[in-house]
Amino acid sequence: MKNIKFLILGVFFAIVLSKTQAISWYRFYEMFKFQSFHMFGIIGGAVVISLVFMQLFKSGKIKDINGNKIVPKPKKKGFISTIFGGTLFGLGWAISGACAAPIFVILGFKLVPALILLVGALLGAFIYGLLSKKLPN
Amino acid sequence: MDLILQPWPWYIGGPLIAISLLLYFYFGQNFGASTNFDTLCSMAGAGKFSDYFKKDWKERDFALMFVIGLIIGGFIAANYLIPNQNIDLNPTTVQELTDLGFSNVGNQYFPDEIFGEDVFSSLKGFLILIISGVLVGFGTRYAGGCTSGHAITGLSSLQLPSLLAVIGFFIGGIIATWFIIPILF
Repeated sequence: MKNIKFLILGVFFAIVLSKTQAISWYRFYEMFKFQSFHMFGIIGGAVVISLVFMQLFKSGKIKDINGNKIVPKPKKKGFISTIFGGTLFGLGWAISGACAAPIFVILGFKLVPALILLVGALLGAFIYGLLSKKLPN
Repeated sequence: MDLILQPWPWYIGGPLIAISLLLYFYFGQNFGASTNFDTLCSMAGAGKFSDYFKKDWKERDFALMFVIGLIIGGFIAANYLIPNQNIDLNPTTVQELTDLGFSNVGNQYFPDEIFGEDVFSSLKGFLILIISGVLVGFGTRYAGGCTSGHAITGLSSLQLPSLLAVIGFFIGGIIATWFIIPILF
């Protein structure tokens, strides 16, 4: 039951993404066409405020629930993997209008189509797992 | 109640997403969603095919709870918190999509042309969903993160790989929106 807090956080995050329309296909189309500030405002605003939180983590002013210092994991490095992987992700994101968390949120809206997306995403992760040692970084 | 049922503006969304990140870290974990694709593959037995998936998914039980929460939250939002799915889109966006043959643009969250319930009777519709799903799953694992992991967590903790990944997200997104969607529809 110690993980029930993550379940509640998931519900909260899903409601935020839904109510701000950040899971709507149209909002991403608009963003990639630079026809609206909405999504840039959401993502940019989240980054700017998170930046302040990160500084508070770094200086130890905010510690985690167990009193430990919060240190975000370093991201894996690799020019080709991040740019090329990112581009492939962007293609799928813009066509489907769904990134990783929203795929699960969309299940609550459009069950069957979102299940197909999810199966595709799992297949994609599986293919990556099979090829991971052979792909250039 | 009116405030809850109205669409929320971006300046409410940004801070609430940042608070989600804060709580995720406060609860002792890194904020992100795409690692769950690996975890679900591990659960389904992908470890038989590749050592990459030989991970103890029970260590990520917190993330699975988060995923279940996302689904429940989506269901609650869809059924109780969004009385109508009208979106205040830029008129240019509406015109462009209507010209491409989309109907009811901005009157619902998800266009019928992609998210219609007849996905199994239209090969094209099925392929669009499954292939974009594969691109999301493969791309995000290759790049090492998604919108939450790279664009929000990575950028705000000033990590260079995340900046590269986000540039990649936009290269792909712009190619898809400007060149691929007009071919598909």
